[in-house]
Amino acid sequence: MNILVCIKQVPDTTEIRIDPETNTLIREGVPAIVNTFDVFALEAAARIKDKNPDTNIVVVSMGPPNAVNALKECLAIAADKAYLISGRKFGGSDTLATSYILKNAVQKIEELEGYKFDVVFCGKQAIDGDTAQVGPELAEHLDYPQVTCALECEVNNGRLEVLKEGEDVNLLIGIKFPCVITFTKPGFDPRYASIKRKMAANRAEIPVLGDDAFPDIDTAMIGLKGSPTRVKKTFVPQRMKGGLIVDGETVKDSSLKLVQILSDKKVI
Amino acid sequence: MEAKTKDLWVFIETRDDGTARNGGIELLNPGRGLADKQGGKLVAVVIGNNVEKAVEDAAQHDADEILVLDGTEYSPYTTDAYTNAMYYLIEKYAPTTLMIAATSNGRDLGPRLACRLKTGLTADCTSVDLDEETGDIAWTRPAFGGNLMATILCSDTRPQIGTVRPGVFKKTAVITPHAEIMKEDFHVAPDQIRTELIKIIKNAAEEIVDLEGAEIIVSGGRGVKGAEGFEPVKALAEVLGGTVGASRAAVDSGWISHAHQVGQTGKTVAPRLYIACGISGAIQHRAGMSGSDCIVAINKDRGAPIFEVAHYGIVGDLFDVLPILTEEIRKYTDRS
Repeated sequence: MNILVCIKQVPDTTEIRIDPETNTLIREGVPAIVNTFDVFALEAAARIKDKNPDTNIVVVSMGPPNAVNALKECLAIAADKAYLISGRKFGGSDTLATSYILKNAVQKIEELEGYKFDVVFCGKQAIDGDTAQVGPELAEHLDYPQVTCALECEVNNGRLEVLKEGEDVNLLIGIKFPCVITFTKPGFDPRYASIKRKMAANRAEIPVLGDDAFPDIDTAMIGLKGSPTRVKKTFVPQRMKGGLIVDGETVKDSSLKLVQILSDKKVI
Repeated sequence: MEAKTKDLWVFIETRDDGTARNGGIELLNPGRGLADKQGGKLVAVVIGNNVEKAVEDAAQHDADEILVLDGTEYSPYTTDAYTNAMYYLIEKYAPTTLMIAATSNGRDLGPRLACRLKTGLTADCTSVDLDEETGDIAWTRPAFGGNLMATILCSDTRPQIGTVRPGVFKKTAVITPHAEIMKEDFHVAPDQIRTELIKIIKNAAEEIVDLEGAEIIVSGGRGVKGAEGFEPVKALAEVLGGTVGASRAAVDSGWISHAHQVGQTGKTVAPRLYIACGISGAIQHRAGMSGSDCIVAINKDRGAPIFEVAHYGIVGDLFDVLPILTEEIRKYTDRS
């Protein structure tokens, strides 16, 4: 099995704070991490490799040069090889342009490695953008079938069987190779990197594929020019001042007051 | 693609029994105003198997026109069948705007379809309006875990597509239908559907947790201190006829299953009443519940951020408050 895992380096959104003076995001000092959902995708790949040791796991990321750190972390956890896609012309890409660049990257890496990927794994969404679009858009560009919101998967009868988190039930779905699967949070914890793998990952040379690695890419479909959406404005959501603290002499008084309010407001 | 009409489409997702999911019907509400502003019709697109009930539902919620695709291949949902069907309809009629409820299937279909159409999609919007300067739809959505809101336009390609978070809009009142119903004949061959539903699995405890459809949710967080600590939370939910939710901290501690999780890595909910018990209110949790109509927080720490989004709060230990509150609500509901 050959598995490609797409990952993104993101700011740890749990560490983001708002500057109360300027009402803007404070980005300095916020640690960069591997997107949480991408770690679940990598874990799914590692679990396939646990059962089928001759599996190749390649990770790819499109991002700035320092995204090699995220790729090294993936190497330390489970990946065999990593590629960084980083080019000036790729800047400003929205999800449609990004997924088109990634499609080209998939094909380029296949050419360099000399084999085809059976599956492409992605996180369901990135925790900074939360769009959940790049996975399905990449699947469409590749003309591969997709399953989104997967919890876990298994190779069975020559195809992949994927447990998908549905609206109110889970679904077991069979999908043919090659395919794209996006992962959400499973019921188990992903593995950690061993010290040995960490040291090897630190020494690893990560090939960077820049603008010149893609001579045939349609430049009208990448960067700002290739992005149909644009951000008109951003703003920090209005913080509510907080509501009414229901305060009685005793817990019973407070509870009675609250029941009265909820009943007056016809909430209960 | 160039738009041939100024129509606004709303995708109506159906269940296996042919009824409409709420998310799509809700979108006919903002869709009405936006279609009028765009100067086009409000069109409901109903796809599924034996969908008469869903068509009737859309008609009663103010659709001007209903496009119907009915066939066994449309139930259960598959990415391939629905993308092919929607692509066919959009090529044929070329609307200017398409809104899809950001359900599990809506967020599977939206990007796949947008990519095939080579157009822009804005995901999981919490507000939609017409941008006066350009006449485009202004799609507003949270990013960075709810820390930042972004308003996004798609100016040069059509249709402009957005998925909209369920529960943000309420359904309009039922009206006497005036919709023109147009049955479309388009079918997807079995070999074009590249996935197969092997089986439906209810989650481990055989419980179905319908947080997104719940009217009342009572959630527990780190403050419940253990699996047993959920008992008073469950008792309050039961007396209110509500569903039990949980914060990530409680789920990660293994006190309750992930199916109950509300927040960025769980479900996004917007019930009529949300009671947060022993939840500090990290931004990721607030992102998943701040759209609720009425929020009550019970926490012993007056400084907890949950009180910033709560309409009403009680400062106190949930183990003291919940049994008494549950009892008072029981008395109240017995009276009324």
